[in-house]
Order: sequence, then structure tokens, then C-alpha cells
Amino acid sequence: MHIVVCIKQVPDSAQIRVHPVTNTIMRQGVPTIINPYDLFALEEALRLRDEFGGEVTVLTMGPPTAEDSLRKALTIGANRAVLLTDRFFAGSDTLATSYALAAAIRKIGSTFGAVDVVFTGKQTIDGDTAQVGPGICKRLDFLQLTYVSKVSSLDLEARTIEVERRSEGGVQVLRSNLPCLITMLEGTNQVRRGSMINALNAARAEVVKWSAQDAGVEDIQKCGLRGSPTVVKRVFAPTPRAEKAKVVEAAGQPPAEALIDEIFKLRPKLENEMFELARGF
Amino acid sequence: MSQPAKPAPQPAGRAAAKKELPEHFKAYKHVWVFIEQERGHVHPVSWELMGSGRRLADKLGVELAAVVIGPTGDATKAAVAESFCYGADLAYVVADDVLTDYRNESYTKALTDLVNTHKPEILLLGATTLGRDLAGAVATTLLTGLTADCTELEVDSDNSLAATRPTFGGSLLCTIYTLNFRPQMATVRPRVMAMPERVEKPVGRVIEFPLGLVEADIVTKILAFVPDRDKATSNLAYADIVVAGGLGLASPENFQLVRQLAGVLGAEYGCSRPLVQKGWVSADRQIGQTGKTIRPKLYIAAGISGAIQHRVGVDGSDLIVAINTDKNAPIFDFAHLALVTDAIRLLPALTEAFRKRLSAHTRDRIAS
Ligand SMILES: Cc1cc2nc3c(=O)[nH]c(=O)nc-3n(C[C@H](O)[C@H](O)[C@H](O)COP(=O)(O)OP(=O)(O)OC[C@H]3O[C@@H](n4cnc5c(N)ncnc54)[C@H](O)[C@@H]3O)c2cc1C
Ligand SMILES: Cc1cc2nc3c(=O)[nH]c(=O)nc-3n(C[C@H](O)[C@H](O)[C@H](O)COP(=O)(O)OP(=O)(O)OC[C@H]3O[C@@H](n4cnc5c(N)ncnc54)[C@H](O)[C@@H]3O)c2cc1C
Repeated sequence: MHIVVCIKQVPDSAQIRVHPVTNTIMRQGVPTIINPYDLFALEEALRLRDEFGGEVTVLTMGPPTAEDSLRKALTIGANRAVLLTDRFFAGSDTLATSYALAAAIRKIGSTFGAVDVVFTGKQTIDGDTAQVGPGICKRLDFLQLTYVSKVSSLDLEARTIEVERRSEGGVQVLRSNLPCLITMLEGTNQVRRGSMINALNAARAEVVKWSAQDAGVEDIQKCGLRGSPTVVKRVFAPTPRAEKAKVVEAAGQPPAEALIDEIFKLRPKLENEMFELARGF
Repeated sequence: MSQPAKPAPQPAGRAAAKKELPEHFKAYKHVWVFIEQERGHVHPVSWELMGSGRRLADKLGVELAAVVIGPTGDATKAAVAESFCYGADLAYVVADDVLTDYRNESYTKALTDLVNTHKPEILLLGATTLGRDLAGAVATTLLTGLTADCTELEVDSDNSLAATRPTFGGSLLCTIYTLNFRPQMATVRPRVMAMPERVEKPVGRVIEFPLGLVEADIVTKILAFVPDRDKATSNLAYADIVVAGGLGLASPENFQLVRQLAGVLGAEYGCSRPLVQKGWVSADRQIGQTGKTIRPKLYIAAGISGAIQHRVGVDGSDLIVAINTDKNAPIFDFAHLALVTDAIRLLPALTEAFRKRLSAHTRDRIAS
């Protein structure tokens, strides 16, 4: 079995600071990490490989420095890493991103063996759109299984797969066919630590580096800024609220009492509504 | 689409780009809202979007259509009828029993075929699990742009959709256009837009559309559906009163104080992101940009600093009360009432005081 896991290198949000005066994001020196959601996808792929045999290829589109994240994924246990990097990809929106990644996945299939399952994370922590998974899927004409919490069974002979999928208000148990694309829900498995052997191998491994041309991208016009139907036109700071909060002064009263008085003074109808609500419990 | 390095290129540039709208896209007219219906229940985000859609349609001087996709029968009929009460001028309906449960294959086909046939200029969907699954697939199939998780939808002077969403980390906002492609698609999270008023109206124009698929054409099969046991958790976004705690509470034990106050008020409880990251509170209780958006009548935030990522999730609350020891905490910039004090001491007193008030209220009522 051949599984491709798409990972994105993102700035570590825990270490991002917003400049207090200019309100801009201070990216300098912010370390990058594998998008945390993608680790659950990687783990699920490795688990399936360990059970059913085969290989896991990790794929990222990004700047040359994204190689760090690929090596990390090799340390965790992936068999092969492909870095899709080209200046033509700069400024891609999700439609252009999925175009490039789908081309690379086709090429991975023709070079290293037909792809049975593609995994992506649920979403990223920077762009945060959750659109790239479905995008790749439609471009490859695979079956789409999003928000998957568990791959419960897989039959390589029959080419079928069963998954549990989070939907509004419950869990759908689905049976579908290979090849499929799965976007993996977070917190659904325990991401393994890389082993010493893997770390040594990862350090020596060669990361496959492809340009748009290498990856067999047919139409460069569909890549990057030019291939992106969405255009960011304006970036601005949110308008602050005109007046500041009214400070509750407890004049001789316990502060809790003073607060409740203020609440009901500002919103007289609330008292009755709160009564109704409290009674319900 | 990383953000532009320089401030945005100018309306002149945009106007120029706009002229390039290819001829075959000029036929795209009207605003559509996808009505998300699952197991006989319409997700309220659909009605919230009808409110936004109505405003956009009025500004453009075009019609607002509800798109209802689902099984034949009463639930779908009821959703269609309801869409007129929320402002639809007409409804497109794809009703087929193959559509009883949501599946990507069948719903993507229904919606893309509808768009290709009836050509809307704007298509809005809820940013729910269903909406995101569908929107991403449909936009890619149609090869058009899709703006995620918008917080504001406007019509620009040149009649294009200006969709605003928080940028990385939420500290800034960006406005995104889909200039040369149609439809212009956007998703909006539940509770971000206000619920419009429901006005009783008769069913209007309904255009039925065939699915053109039979069960045998659909690969993915539903083996079972397991409904969530804990319904309460999904109510946070729609609760009338929300009490939340942040890192200022200092320990998971102190977070109980938030739960207790919520219990007395019949409220839902929530938290800031660090408490989820520390494992004190489950992820579905997180409020903010990467958690739930809330619009309660009363929001009480204890020991929360009010970072922008938290703020974007609570800005729609009618009354925000903040309890914080730091009088300069950013939360006081957008709260309505401020209590500069130790929340760990105040919360039990507040719980007690509310308990008394609300039971006194009961006595008064019984007496009168
Ligand atoms: C502030 C901001 C707002 C944006 N808003 C929009 C918008 O509304 N619409 C739009 O079309 N674009 C938008 N973009 C652009 C978008 O972020 C990029 O296209 C980005 O390359 C992919 O989208 P994402 O980060 O949202 O990924 P998601 O769709 O959230 O990612 C889902 C999964 O896809 C995989 N994946 C994503 N990117 C890569 C990659 N480069 N390499 C390998 N795997 C990957 C990962 O497995 C990931 O978990 C925005 C960008 C920014 C910075
Ligand atoms: C990409 C991204 C997405 C994010 N998404 C979210 C999100 O969805 N939701 C979210 O909440 N955050 C989110 N964050 C995190 C956000 O930036 C803040 O870090 C977070 O909201 C801070 O949580 P806090 O207010 O509980 O903690 P802190 O900022 O540490 O604030 C604690 C506050 O408690 C006060 N305090 C201390 N002791 C007491 C006491 N005894 N009584 C009363 N007050 C006291 C302090 O004065 C301080 O103001 C996100 C960040 C990033 C980068």
C-alpha cells in the first residue's frame, strides 16, 4: 500500500507575538513546526502502513526551508519525503495549492507506486481554511472522507475502507473505496515519537526536491498568485470599541451584589430571562 | 496567498482587474445561500446567512435564493417554506431520497450542477463540518475562489463581494475578493452573523432540479450514524448566557468555580485557548477564533486577558462582563462592565449572590 501524507510547515503560533504598537505579527525568529493537525494524519498513515505493509510518502509545498519539516516527518517514521518548491508557487490560494499538490501526488504515484490513500490534516493553524484537502481530492477525483476520527478497517483486495467521520451532531460510519483522501481529525491518535534509528536514517535520507516542471505541473498559469482566484486587497486592524468598560464600584456593597445590580440596570429584561433560564436547571 | 508585502494595490488596479471578468461570467446573477439540512434539522447558520444574503442582494438589486438539498418529504418541504420566512425570493430544491444523509459525492453533484445551470454571482455556505466539506469540493469543481470563515460580507462600489476574515492569529483583518471568477464563494461560521427576524410568509417561487444520480452511482455508503450523547456541548455557540474562565484562574480546580456559576445560571461554560491546551477543559468549550463564536445576552469572562483571538469569538455578545485583576487588561477595551478584582474570590460570592437573587425572584413571583 502507498500512502501520501500532505504536511505544511507553519510558524509556531505559541511563539508568535503581536507588536503592541504597530499591531503586526512579529515573525522574526519565530520557529517553524509541522502544522500540528498534520501529525495526526501522519500517525494514522504510519499505523495503517505498520498493519498492512507498504510505504508512506510525506509531501509538502513550500520554501526550501520546509525541508526541516520533512526530515522531522522522516524521523517520526515516514519512508520518503518530497519537497515541492518553486518560485511559481508563491502566493498560492487554496485552489492553486491543491492544483500543485495534486500534480505532485500524480507524479509520486507514477514514480514510486500507485497511491491508495492521501491524508491531510483537518486544517492549518495559519491559513486555517480547511479547503486544501477537499481541493486535492476533487482534482485527483478520489473519494472524499473529511473529519475522520478513525480508520476502522481496510481491505486491500476488495479496495474498500471503513471510517468514522465526525458530522454535525454525531458520527457517520462510512464505507468507501480506494483511492480516497482522508482529512484526519485532531486528538484521534497518539502521535509516536521518532526513534533513534529513524533519526539517523532521516539525517542521511535524501529529500526529493521537485520544481513545478519536475512534478509534471502542466499549466504554470494555474500556480501561485496567477492561478489564485482569490485576491487579498486590504489588510487592516479591527476598529476599537468607542467607549471603555464601565468599572463597577462597590460602594459599601459586596462587589458581587454591586455587579448584579449593574447588570440588571444595563439590561433590565435580563432579570426575568435569567430567572426562566435558571429555573430550567 | 500570503499577505501582500505592501499595503494593498489600489482600487484602480482592482477596477482594471474587474473589467477582465470573462464574458461567460457576466450571466452570473443573484445571491444564493445553501440551506444546510441534516436529519430533518436546518442548521441555524443557514438562517444567519439568509440575513447577510438578503442585505447583499438588496444592495446589488438582485434576488436572494435559498438552495435546499435533501430527501423528498416533509423535512425538505419545511426547510423550503422556512427559507421564505427568512427572506428568500425563491428556492432551488433538489429533493431525492438518495440525499437523505449528507454525502460529499451526491451533494457536490447537486450543488455544482445547480450552479452551472442557474449561475449565481454569490454563493454562501456555513463553515460547519458539512459546509466545509461541501464548499471546498464545489469550489474546486467549479474552479472558483472560496473565502473561508468570513466575519463580514459587503458589496463593493464595483459590485464585487468583499469578504473580510481574520488573518493569521486574528490580530488583523483582511478583505478578499474573487475578481475574475464566478460564483464568488464564502463560508461563515455559526453565530458570526446575527440571526435575522423571522417573518411569516407564504411559500414563493420554487424551482425543482433533478439530482441525476441513483444510489448505485454513489460509492460511499453510510453504515451507521451514532448521535452525540452529550448534546450540551454543542449548545455553547447558541447559549443565552455564557460564563468563561482563563489562565487567571490559575488551576483546574478553580475552573470549577466557573462551572458552578454557570450551573446556577442555567448557562453554558467556556474557556480561553490555553486551558484547552493544558487539558483542563475539553476543546469544544474553547471560545474564540479557533474555537466557538458566541453571541449570548450575557457573557461573563473571569481571568481572561482578552487577546484579539478571544475577542473575535465574543464580540457579538450583548453584554460583556470582565473580571480581571489587571485594570489595563485588553478585555476592558471591549467589555461593557469591568470588575477589577480577584476572580477566584469573586466567583463563589457571585454564584451565591445570583442563587439568592434568582430564588428571591421566585418568591416575589409566587407572592404576586
Ligand atoms: C490570513 C490568510 C488568509 C487566507 N485566506 C484564504 C481564503 O480565504 N481562501 C483561500 O483560498 N486561500 C486563503 N489563504 C491562502 C491559503 O492559506 C494558502 O493557499 C495555503 O497554501 C493553504 O491553505 P491553508 O493554510 O488554509 O490550508 P488548509 O486547507 O487549512 O490545510 C488543510 C491540509 O492541507 C494540507 N496542506 C495545506 N497546505 C499545504 C502545503 N503547502 N503543502 C502540503 N500540504 C498542505 C495539510 O495537510 C493541511 O492540514 C489565506 C492565507 C492567509 C495567510
Ligand atoms: C493562531 C492563534 C489562534 C488562537 N485562538 C484562540 C482562541 O480561539 N481562543 C482564545 O481564547 N485564545 C486563542 N489564542 C490565544 C490568545 O492569543 C491568548 O493567548 C489567549 O486567549 C490568552 O488566554 P487567557 O486570557 O486565558 O490568558 P492570559 O493572556 O495569560 O490572561 C490571563 C489574565 O488573567 C488575569 N488574572 C490573573 N490572575 C487573576 C485573578 N486571580 N483574577 C482575575 N484575573 C486574573 C491577568 O491579569 C490576565 O489578564 C490564539 C492564538 C493564536 C496565535
